[in-house]
Amino acid sequence: MRPRIQLLTPELIGRILCEAFELLMSPGVRVGSAPVVELLRSAGVEVNDGVARVPEQLVRNCMASAPRDFNLYNRSGEKAVHYGGDDVHFDPGSCCVQMLDPDTLEARPSETRDLVRLIQVTESLPQFAAQSTAVVCNDAPSAIGDLYRLLVVLQHSHKPVVTGSFSAAGLQGMIDLLAADSGSQDNLRKKPRAVFDVCPSPPLNWSEFGSHNLLELARAGVPAEIVSMPLAGGTAPVTLVGSVTQHAAEVLAGITLHQLAGPGSPVVWGGAPAIFDMRTGGAPMGAVETAMLNMACAEVGKHLGLPTHGYLVATDSKFVDAQAGAESARSAMLGALTGINMISGAGMLESLACHSVEKLVIDAESIASAYRLVRGVETRGATLATAMFAQTGLSGEFLKLKETRAHFRQEQHLPSPVIDRSARGSEPPSDAFTRARARVNELVSQYQKPSFPEDVLRKYQSIVEREADRAGVASALSGD
Amino acid sequence: MCGGSRFLDVGPEYNPGLVSLIPRLICAGGSLSGQLFQAMRQSIIDGASDTAAELAQQALAIGVDPLEAVNQGFAAGITFAGDQFGCGQMFLPDLLASAEAMKAAINILEPEMLKRGSQREALGKIILGTARGDIHDIGKNLVATILSASGFQIFDLGTSVTPEEFVAKAKEVDADIVGISALLTTTMAGQKAVIEALDRNGLRPRVKAIIGGAAVTQKWAAEIGADGYSRNAIDALELAKNLMSKVMNKGTAQA
Repeated sequence: MRPRIQLLTPELIGRILCEAFELLMSPGVRVGSAPVVELLRSAGVEVNDGVARVPEQLVRNCMASAPRDFNLYNRSGEKAVHYGGDDVHFDPGSCCVQMLDPDTLEARPSETRDLVRLIQVTESLPQFAAQSTAVVCNDAPSAIGDLYRLLVVLQHSHKPVVTGSFSAAGLQGMIDLLAADSGSQDNLRKKPRAVFDVCPSPPLNWSEFGSHNLLELARAGVPAEIVSMPLAGGTAPVTLVGSVTQHAAEVLAGITLHQLAGPGSPVVWGGAPAIFDMRTGGAPMGAVETAMLNMACAEVGKHLGLPTHGYLVATDSKFVDAQAGAESARSAMLGALTGINMISGAGMLESLACHSVEKLVIDAESIASAYRLVRGVETRGATLATAMFAQTGLSGEFLKLKETRAHFRQEQHLPSPVIDRSARGSEPPSDAFTRARARVNELVSQYQKPSFPEDVLRKYQSIVEREADRAGVASALSGD
Repeated sequence: MCGGSRFLDVGPEYNPGLVSLIPRLICAGGSLSGQLFQAMRQSIIDGASDTAAELAQQALAIGVDPLEAVNQGFAAGITFAGDQFGCGQMFLPDLLASAEAMKAAINILEPEMLKRGSQREALGKIILGTARGDIHDIGKNLVATILSASGFQIFDLGTSVTPEEFVAKAKEVDADIVGISALLTTTMAGQKAVIEALDRNGLRPRVKAIIGGAAVTQKWAAEIGADGYSRNAIDALELAKNLMSKVMNKGTAQA
């Protein structure tokens, strides 16, 4: 039996959806751009003063055309992430502007070398099914910062990518880059390597930027992950269930726009909901209530049969310390027990403001434990214990049994040296951060950069140069 | 102010039924003003807009100087609430309710202050807005509410404000401070653009530029040459007060 947690009863999910549909009619949804208004009007939606009243039947029709599952593919064209059912995957959080310097323990502006290090470590860890465009490279021109991040990831990784663009103008270049990676636009559509996060603005606002990208992704057939982020008590009702309802309305509106523009295009019921901290006005990503919001939002998406996403495994601590470990491990477990398809956030500190590659390798251990937990208690062989006792009697010599050797790797997660289980010996004991630093260095030293055919690199280069010209950036960068 | 007592636990003299007692207190010749000011202060601490408005009306009815009612009564409540927030005894919803109650009281007292020519002098003129491309305004709105309740004159330009709009408004109202908010890491560059525009137009250093937002740091503020940064609305109040004292000192020095 796979263990799971359920926060909402089917009846409560029914009420959430019922009120979400009510919200879509009153107060309605703010829509930012003329093409969105046109699209909605052509579907018979009333739009006045930039506010659309979206009827339930239209939403339900659009949900019916959204795929129940889809895959992301790695660079070799193999299935690597399955968005659907109870499958659980993790990727590093994105997108920070700061990096924790492991020597000074200070947050400093993130640069290309940091992104590369994050990619190298993520590439080596099986706990991460996908890469993310994890940090802004402050040493690259900000006008093409989103494209540049993706270029760096594509040049250093085989894995699928969770990404997003910083502007409406930046999206096409990123799609073109992915098409060059896949061989063609058509290949990208058939075997997408990336999913794009697209965010509505709470409450109930699909801004010009967000909605533009949603429509373009739908038309290009590139998966879109709708990341609605209500802040309970700040930009959304203070009750968890009220925020879940607002989240549902925002995502339902997004799916409607998306499916109207590109029926059948892959779309994810995603989110980064959080509570609103009543002291700081911030969004505490490590709070248990934030985890509960992510779980409940995903439950609604799963109830509707849609692929899901959430934002967990992050912390509000500024250091890779006990708080970081406790908050991140807790939410990794909770997310996995909920069966969220893609869980973003690992490696992130300071309420998503700062990344740490050392935290990433510690989080990888929490994620491995979470995977172990959701496999549950399994039975192996005809008897549970008696057959083994038949061999050992009362000798206690289980270590010698062939069953022990055959099953211990399935029964136990064998952690990396990041987790200390050793007896106290002659060496002085180390703390987790010290061990994490060593582990990062080890993984980076083992990493091998993938090689690329010349023509692909030339395509990359020409797209980057074109986009640099468009954005008025003087010199293009290689991303190496 | 950060003692162990809860913020609702005020002195024994406070009586929630005071409003209705005022006429009797007058008849009895009791020490009215002390009690009244205390009730005004408490109405702000409680975030009780109706009570604050009622007390303001009562004060006018019995001839209390409206400016004195603000300075000795209501404003003391806001100061107390700010202090309590600072030490974690009050929270943002409490603080907002206090600011709203303050607004309710000022709305009643303002016409009379105008009539008497004793209008409460604004602590300074502050322009607020979110940086271009950023529509997240919760932080900016909090700052506007707190600064306004504390006596600053606020000109809120709303969301996604261009540098030109900031500059134009600063010139128009002869602003003391321009506050630029940005939540997104991608729109923080807009804060720099506003500061550069203020510089280009020769408004600084006379006009001070302050910034805020979830990802904004002291380091970023220094990097873009801002005159200050604050982590939250109460710190923003302190920051604005400090900057105003610099503005005033400078004004005096120049005079």
